[in-house]
Amino acid sequence: MLTLKCPYCGVQADETELSPGGEAHLTRHGPGSDDDAFESYLFMRRNPRGPHFERWRHAMGCGKWFHAARDTATMQVFGTYSAQTTESPQTILDAIRAVNPDFQYGAAE
Amino acid sequence: MSDTALQGAVYRGYVHVSEAKPRPMVSLKGDLSDESLRDAVRLTMNSDFPEALSVIGGDKGQVAWMAPDELLLFPESAAEALSSIQHKLGDAHVLALDVSDMRTEIVLKGAGAREVLAKASPVDFGALPPGTIRRTRIAQVPAAIWLADAETAHVICFRSVARYVFDVMAMGARKGGEIGVF
Repeated sequence: MLTLKCPYCGVQADETELSPGGEAHLTRHGPGSDDDAFESYLFMRRNPRGPHFERWRHAMGCGKWFHAARDTATMQVFGTYSAQTTESPQTILDAIRAVNPDFQYGAAE
Repeated sequence: MSDTALQGAVYRGYVHVSEAKPRPMVSLKGDLSDESLRDAVRLTMNSDFPEALSVIGGDKGQVAWMAPDELLLFPESAAEALSSIQHKLGDAHVLALDVSDMRTEIVLKGAGAREVLAKASPVDFGALPPGTIRRTRIAQVPAAIWLADAETAHVICFRSVARYVFDVMAMGARKGGEIGVF
């Protein structure tokens, strides 16, 4: 069972209180973008075996969207952070590199 | 009691489950760090301003912290509280709404109150002191829960799922289902 700390209300929220929002830190390609970029924005997602950044919503709690970093293989949670950011804070990256020294942010898996 | 969702239903198991009398509720959304909003709440409810995740009682009712930008007020009169807030905040960017008819309150009384809740929600009730409000789920629906004391629990859920929540609580409170975990 996954337990994530909601960074907005500070509650240790059980997975069943949350709703998943897919991959985090996507770049939106909307009107005016070419078809390939638009398709990639809509459908193409990373599916790494290892550290992964996700969006979650504290649906049955305070209702806020937030970001979480976890390892998809070991289920280790590296931390959660505010949704008002376009990239992971350094503390999260440090936590990931403490376990995966070679981790490169944004590197293709 | 005809104007409540369950007509004041009562279930007497090893925990006493009952629908509370209807009481006014006002939802207030806005910037909770804003001093004028905090003052409006203090003056309207004649109470302190609640810390995060707390529910406090004032002279004129209770105030519950629901989210980083949302409070739930339990005033004596929703209309008076609304006009008081509107009068004090003027055209500030807040939302104040009478939600009295939107929700139902269920009260659990008895030594096993926390246990009955724990059967249906993923909250660590060992770490939930009285006066702390927790929004979570009861079985499959959202609810807000707080303990008034070690043997009294309040559950607030949407009126549309009141029967479901009441039945889940009643099922958990059936005699013979005691676990004795708390």
